[in-house]
Amino acid sequence: MTESSATKLLNGEACRRALNRKNANKNGYVKNHCLFQQSQKYRRSGEKKQNATHNPSLYKKPFVESFEETPLLVAVLTYMGYGILTIFGYLRDFLRHWNIEKCHVARERDEQRDFVPLYQDFENFYTRNLYMRIRDNWNRPICSVPGAKMDLVERVTHNYNWTFEHTGNVVKDVINMGSYNYLGFAENTGTCADAAIETTQKYGVGVGSTRCEMGNLDIHEELEELVARFLGVESSMAFGMGFATNSMNIPALTGKGCLILSDELNHASLVLGARLSGSTIRVFKHNNMQSLEKLLRDAIVHGQPRTHRPWKKILIVVEGIYSMEGSIVRLPEVIALKKRYKAYLYLDEAHSIGALGPNGKGVVDYFGLDPKDVDIMMGTFTKSFGAAGGYIGGKKELIDYLRCHSHSALYATSMSPPVAQQIITSMKIIMGEDGTTLGSDRLKQLSENTNYFRRRLRELGFIIYGNDDSPVVPLMLYMPAKIGAFGREMLKRNIGTVVVGFPATPIIESRARFCVSAAHTREMLDTALEAISEVGDLLQLKYSRREQPLSSLGWMSEESLLQD
Amino acid sequence: MNFKNMREYLAWIYYQYLLITGIYVLEPWEKSIFNSFLFSAIAMVVYTSYVFVPIHMRLALEFFSGIFGGQPESTMALMN
Ligand SMILES: Cc1ncc(COP(=O)(O)O)c(C=O)c1O
Repeated sequence: MTESSATKLLNGEACRRALNRKNANKNGYVKNHCLFQQSQKYRRSGEKKQNATHNPSLYKKPFVESFEETPLLVAVLTYMGYGILTIFGYLRDFLRHWNIEKCHVARERDEQRDFVPLYQDFENFYTRNLYMRIRDNWNRPICSVPGAKMDLVERVTHNYNWTFEHTGNVVKDVINMGSYNYLGFAENTGTCADAAIETTQKYGVGVGSTRCEMGNLDIHEELEELVARFLGVESSMAFGMGFATNSMNIPALTGKGCLILSDELNHASLVLGARLSGSTIRVFKHNNMQSLEKLLRDAIVHGQPRTHRPWKKILIVVEGIYSMEGSIVRLPEVIALKKRYKAYLYLDEAHSIGALGPNGKGVVDYFGLDPKDVDIMMGTFTKSFGAAGGYIGGKKELIDYLRCHSHSALYATSMSPPVAQQIITSMKIIMGEDGTTLGSDRLKQLSENTNYFRRRLRELGFIIYGNDDSPVVPLMLYMPAKIGAFGREMLKRNIGTVVVGFPATPIIESRARFCVSAAHTREMLDTALEAISEVGDLLQLKYSRREQPLSSLGWMSEESLLQD
Repeated sequence: MNFKNMREYLAWIYYQYLLITGIYVLEPWEKSIFNSFLFSAIAMVVYTSYVFVPIHMRLALEFFSGIFGGQPESTMALMN
């Protein structure tokens, strides 16, 4: 079955449903098989995506997520800016082509002149002519622990970012608003660091073998047992790298004849894993349950293309917190769908583990759900735990299977012992097993910081994306020149931020992304907010046209009014 | 934003212009190319309007007054 026939079928289905509704009037009988199908006609005009809870009964607390629409004028000006830059890009390419200007980037050699060009696609053009001009905002070397404050290596460029020179100076005490250091465990002192040092003295740093050969240390077993207990699952397995956990384990779980339903904004590692697995991949709209349900129904009704055999497995792949959007997955709805259509669920908690939920146990904890409902719980230790690596948690059979089938278990060297120790110690702190309340203090601090930071930014009039409880805070910049200007101006005010543009985001939705941490004190956040506000005035970033901060209740009643 | 003097205000306006058009990220020589293109285009528009608008206005005035105003005194005179 091709895509077009799929849409045709969907339309057909819609017609049938419309007919049903007509009949329904006659005999008072409505047959609706779908869980979450509902009319999409009534959208709030100012919002790009719907952000009300669709099925409030599934949620225990309000789920407020907002994506304010791009103002039209801003969108037009953004496109215009890209247009102008593209024209100048062509001009520079022209000059480089005729050797009027020195070319600093890779290009085809003379012998290859008539070959298919290697360096000519749009992304290369973009890198050469747009990214290069504001490259000083990225890849900046850091020379201290990336905690709440950090030291940067000062660098200068004399040829407009083609090459950089280090001046030998250090920019001290830059407030770090960019690291994924949610719980502030990226430290070089304290319990975790001490434990890691002790472990280094005992085991060394390298392991020099894989888990199934000579690289299975007792500390790994301890770690896995602890992770399983933390997550509330039967068993778990730890890997040395988070990216490889995704990209190597999905192929171990699905293969030809399986279907992967993937959120459109999934992380590159998930996308790579899905592609490597050789399964069919269908993409649903970001966090859109109607879209997911449609795909699921289609998959079950029509089976595999051409043969129409049923799919061997259907795997839904979602993330806990989406790191570019700051949104939280609608897990209760996903689980309801998964149960109804008997699919499997792969949940990547890279950003949410430790950062969400009253006990820091990720989205499952946040929504108060049962971890057993998620078939494959994946996460990384890179973010909240201040370490490295990833884990997979789930049923014991699943983990045993992965132990002997996953490439990253069989072929990759096992996790370095001090890293494992860092995870163990930080996880015990979060769980309160160290006998202190440090962990719960950090969790509380993080959620307070998040709410405060988000609320203040919204009050200042910026467009902020995402869920109110997500510590990832994207602030919209839109115009290409503002990406560069924002990063530079913030650094001038001694605040390190991450700015993001195409290809990590859609071309007009460039943004700055702040990651709130438990290590930030209120003063640091206030300093940062003041600077952001100042830069926001300077660059005219306060785009928001929302009158007052939206409150969940006011908004719901508005929607119910619309629906009447 | 509060500005101390006119110069600061103009500098801010120019900065906004740089940001919105995107030429903030360009090298100085590219900026000057863009600016000279834009300003010569604007200058041409201004100049042509200065030269041609009065003429068109006059023609238009004559045309409309031909239609609406200025009835001949007597139709008889025309017939003679
Ligand atoms: C959702 C998601 N999955 C996986 C990873 C990869 O993890 P790691 O950085 O530990 O390799 C990331 C990292 O940014 C991520 O955001």
